Amino acid sequence: MYQEVILDHYKNPHGRGLRDGDVEVHHVNPTCGDEITLRVKLDGTSIQDISYEGQGCSISQASASVLNELLVGRQVDEAVKVQEVFLELMQSKGKLEPDDAMEDVLEDAVAFAGVSKYPARVKCALLSWMAWKDATAQALGDGAVRESA
Amino acid sequence: MTPQLPGLLDAEAIRKDFPVLDRLVHDGKKLVYLDNAATSQKPRQVLDALSEYYERYNANVHRGVHTLAEEATALYEGARDKIAAFINAPSRDEVIFTKNASESLNLVANMLGWADEPYRVDSDTEIVITEMEHHSNIVPWQLLSQRTGAKLKWFGLTDDGRLDLSDIEQVITEKTKIVSFTLVSNILGTVNPVEALVRRAQEVGALVLIDASQAAPHMVLDVQALQADFVAFTGHKMLGPTGIGVLWGRQELLEDLPPFLGGGEMIETVSMHESTYAPAPHKFEAGTPPIAQAVGLGAAVDYLSAIGMDRIAAHEHAITEYALRRLKEVPGLKIIGPDTPEGRGSAISFTLGDIHPHDVGQVLDEQGIAVRVGHHCARPVCLRYGIPATTRASFYLYSTPAEVDALVEGLEHVRNFFG
Ligand SMILES: Cc1ncc(COP(=O)(O)O)c(C=O)c1O
Repeated sequence: MYQEVILDHYKNPHGRGLRDGDVEVHHVNPTCGDEITLRVKLDGTSIQDISYEGQGCSISQASASVLNELLVGRQVDEAVKVQEVFLELMQSKGKLEPDDAMEDVLEDAVAFAGVSKYPARVKCALLSWMAWKDATAQALGDGAVRESA
Repeated sequence: MTPQLPGLLDAEAIRKDFPVLDRLVHDGKKLVYLDNAATSQKPRQVLDALSEYYERYNANVHRGVHTLAEEATALYEGARDKIAAFINAPSRDEVIFTKNASESLNLVANMLGWADEPYRVDSDTEIVITEMEHHSNIVPWQLLSQRTGAKLKWFGLTDDGRLDLSDIEQVITEKTKIVSFTLVSNILGTVNPVEALVRRAQEVGALVLIDASQAAPHMVLDVQALQADFVAFTGHKMLGPTGIGVLWGRQELLEDLPPFLGGGEMIETVSMHESTYAPAPHKFEAGTPPIAQAVGLGAAVDYLSAIGMDRIAAHEHAITEYALRRLKEVPGLKIIGPDTPEGRGSAISFTLGDIHPHDVGQVLDEQGIAVRVGHHCARPVCLRYGIPATTRASFYLYSTPAEVDALVEGLEHVRNFFG
């Protein structure tokens, strides 16, 4: 489960630290105490920045780093698609073998495929993604999509 | 080589009674089960008592004249006798079966919320707990406080993981109705000073509830010596099945205090307008109780008593002393809680540099070593010490020094992996 890619992101996280944003959210994983504070900065529907600060295990921290790397600079609707594919992978209970198409969408995030076999850790991997989804929904003024990991 | 430690039980012989301890995990790794504070494993004797109950006696209790109903009732009530003897209760009628310690603690909170004077908890009164309680001994009191307006107060902790009683006279006052605290902390391992707390509570006329969930499995528990008013514990941590807990309470209190749950079994007569209640303990046992589970718990205390709780305590003390010594050799490891074997139980929490406990637990698991990671349902303790979580190893009567060695080796591996 601890792929090199995950350990790399954990040791050298992308975009860590809180910067200017439109909306800030704080999400916790109540079963283990992982926490993340995340801000999104949008320019219209384009994602200018996703900044974050958190504490947690290598999986939750690396996942936030991958999120930043993957989504900053994209359009929100594209990013939502990436999020949906990542969610599908994480909910696959280890049964989904990522194909080339999935790898093209998820890039480094396919390394988390192995994590999906460990129910206790899936929430760690999803923490930052759920926080991002929540923050983005709020930034777009659509409180209805609020949901926590 | 693992040293011979004084006071050890013949753990190899004991382990033969616990089928699950032979399990291999992760492609043939020997299971090293160090999560006993979460739940204990079950000996063959308890498993047999459960299946024998269902195979030979199963019936509902207290309500039939047929043979099985009478036998099942005798087994269920026989389990009550065994528990009463195990905790040295003055009367078997003081032993209430619940589903776990959480229910026992909630039961007391609700009795006091609905009670008349002099027990009644209301907006002029205070409730006292401690910062090292399990959430099960925090949340019921927060609920009671919110519903009644009573003030919730607590004792803080010292840097070395003990209760800070320096302000005991300001915390427990004439307004205090109930003082509820854990005998042994599930996260820090600390054994708390019962006598000082009970003395002060008695001075001001407050009731005392002791959460013995982490004590009953590991040491001699004598409710009369403790001098508390209520003692709660849970069966699954002491070799028993899940779904069975105990609340012991002093007889006159159980007579005076109102029931919480209503239903079959807890009544004397019922009309459409009102009911009268059965005497304790039945008054507090509404509905069909966990019969097989009570029988299983009875078998568990038979098993523990046959070995002797004092000998089990000595075994765990020796293992804990050895574990503390070995863990201190691991670079970057910091023990959260008392770091000497005096006045502590066998649960040891620690942090390992800035490697997150989840990662520690996962890499240990890959080597077959089961520990608990997280805040252990005692999040205020993590907040107090400024840490997100801990890794906890906890031992029992079947734990061996070789398992301590396996843990220490496993932690070396964790350090190399994330180093
Ligand atoms: C000190 C303490 N109190 C209460 C409990 C709650 O026990 P249960 O979950 O069986 O109700 C536990 C167990 O986790 C505990 O360690």
